Amino acid sequence: MSTLLRLATAGSVDDGKSTLVGRLLYDSKSVLADQLESVERVSRDKGLGHVDLALLTDGLRAEREQGITIDVAYRYFATPQRTFILADCPGHVQYTRNTVTGSSTADVLVLLVDVRKGMLEQTRRHLSVGQLLRVPTVIVAVNKIDLVDYDEARYREVAAEIDHVAAELGVPNLVTLPVSALNGDNIVDRSEKTPWYGGPSLLELLEAVPPETEVDDQPFRFPVQLTIRPQEAAVDPQYREYRGYAGQIASGVVRPGDEVVVLPSGRRTRVAGIDTADGPLDEAFAPQSVTLRLDDDIDISRGELIASVAGAPTPTQDLDGMVAWLSERPLRVGQKVLVKHTTRTVQGIVRDIYGKLDLDTLAPAASETLELNDLGRVRLRLAAPVMAEDYTTSRRTGSFLLIDPQTGGNLAAGMVRGEQAFADGAAVEADSVLNWSI
Amino acid sequence: MSIDTELPTAAGVTQPEAPTHQLSHLQDLESEAIHIFREVVSELERPVLLFSGGKDSVVMLHLAVKAFWPAPVPFPVLHVDTGHNFPEVLEFRDRTVERLGLRLEVARVQDYLDDGRLLERADGTRNPLQTQPLLDAIAEHRFDAVFGGGRRDEEKARAKERVVSLRDEFGQWDPRNQRPELWNLYNPRHRPGEHVRVFPLSNWTELDVWRYIEAEKIDLPDLYYAHDREVFLRDGMWLAVGEVSQPRGSEQVETKRVRYRTVGDMSCTGAVESDAATVADVIAEVAVTRITERGATRADDRLTEAAMEDRKKEGYF
Repeated sequence: MSTLLRLATAGSVDDGKSTLVGRLLYDSKSVLADQLESVERVSRDKGLGHVDLALLTDGLRAEREQGITIDVAYRYFATPQRTFILADCPGHVQYTRNTVTGSSTADVLVLLVDVRKGMLEQTRRHLSVGQLLRVPTVIVAVNKIDLVDYDEARYREVAAEIDHVAAELGVPNLVTLPVSALNGDNIVDRSEKTPWYGGPSLLELLEAVPPETEVDDQPFRFPVQLTIRPQEAAVDPQYREYRGYAGQIASGVVRPGDEVVVLPSGRRTRVAGIDTADGPLDEAFAPQSVTLRLDDDIDISRGELIASVAGAPTPTQDLDGMVAWLSERPLRVGQKVLVKHTTRTVQGIVRDIYGKLDLDTLAPAASETLELNDLGRVRLRLAAPVMAEDYTTSRRTGSFLLIDPQTGGNLAAGMVRGEQAFADGAAVEADSVLNWSI
Repeated sequence: MSIDTELPTAAGVTQPEAPTHQLSHLQDLESEAIHIFREVVSELERPVLLFSGGKDSVVMLHLAVKAFWPAPVPFPVLHVDTGHNFPEVLEFRDRTVERLGLRLEVARVQDYLDDGRLLERADGTRNPLQTQPLLDAIAEHRFDAVFGGGRRDEEKARAKERVVSLRDEFGQWDPRNQRPELWNLYNPRHRPGEHVRVFPLSNWTELDVWRYIEAEKIDLPDLYYAHDREVFLRDGMWLAVGEVSQPRGSEQVETKRVRYRTVGDMSCTGAVESDAATVADVIAEVAVTRITERGATRADDRLTEAAMEDRKKEGYF
């Protein structure tokens, strides 16, 4: 069975990321002849002596003209074991916004470092973002190893530097390896030029990365997307009385007969059936999209959460979280926003900005506003409760968007912090809250 | 084309092979697409699905049926008709709409040519002419979400497209100013006059679409499978002989065993030589092919490096 792995790539300018992505696609035979011809033609037109694999990924006119990458691009390649979705995040323009976007869905973050330059400020920031977004595995490809004559000592030096920073930031699963994207060393096949390395190639690593946490260990969470009630529209008369709750399982496993609680109301009931268009299921698990029927004829609508009874989240109107600010207009205390958490969108007001993170150290610093690409911690008061959980325990029920009520645009990506760090409405002392770890 | 290769294991969609709690990649993609349909239908008021009878739109409609079962699909379908149709595809379109009890809206390029709002192009292709009728239909019916079968693997401009993608009041796509799309939190909000295009198949590849067609036993127009057809060679593509596509000058008509990888304006959609008569044959063929489906079969995408990007900016799907 082929499984899906989502990865994001990030790197600084000129560290060869587009070449690496091009190489992965090319060597895994995901680039087709007409695409390659077009890249060869453009390379010739630009007077390059070699085929510029970066052109495979830079698709927009402005990107080709200016030799830059503007926006996150998605690429696809597959091996017999795995299908990969690659979010290619550009390194310079709005890199925080792009890396946050790419990392939000990634199982693996692949960072590029130029072996001649070692850790740069931006590498550190990318590692920080990956850590904040809880990407389960980070791979650092130390690139351009050919340009230092495949020198083991230089590689070890850079790898040690990376390990040191990763330890400082608390990155749990990090692997480094030496590569040359230009020549294909250690990308798909192990290179003979780095006998001192002896580890797996990048593609081998990607094939071996374990999937996200085992769903059996997670509590069941099911944000209701919509109620399915065909009534007289039902083609088949047996479904005229049908009432089911459609959604995608955010975490855990569910079986008919399970006792569940519906939040925020707190009513308890049992799962009567798990339906799909292909027939009923004996069990379902994250991230399946299914429709649940419940024992009691209770009225549930979009935005409510069906959860396992043990350890169910406490609905709250106070949301404490880390946000990545994505808008040109700065965030201020008192600002009104819409908060989209799972399938529920509620009004909110920014009560506090506790400060922002210094991305080089992940240390907090006082700040009264958050500007584009800032990461900071805020407290919001909501017009209706949400069933938020700590982001570190669940990326699905721990994430939220801040939306501009006027334009409808996305203002920020949010990550819920803590088992509610404070009681409803209680005063929060800034000093104590600023003293946070991630 | 010789076909001898070891295929990656084709995963069934409805039955995982082991009792572990892990989805196959096709199940994962299916679940994601259903989630996208349900989100957009819940948050917006007047969605519509672009349906041409082409394989991607057929798969998309199949997913829509699954997303809302046992309720009927809660939106109409829209066909932007170039007037240059393969007859069997139109017939398939009508049969499908009837079977599912859907409302079909048709926006006709021909109407625009007849009253002079659009002019026929020198090269005769009508694919680029679809933009205006599409935008007018969106405005007339006040559609606020338009589901399209576009995939990011199709074309390099599409690789940068969002799943839920904002269009301004002129229907324009601004690739430099797209909303960041995070986690699975899709945001289809927009101002009056704007709308969103939604691509539930964003993360699918051509091979995924075919594997899904196999796993779900989805019916397609016959021209996707090998058949004998009168064709002639133009610009390296086999074009079908038909009302709107006639050989010129020295172009010789031959009977070839062909199939179509995409279905569009008949006058500029090329057939590929193929013996792939079944879904399994097609999967084997697609798995080893060395040319992208648009590169192989779409004359209009060969015009310039950025032909698709330019059309998309103007409001094309």
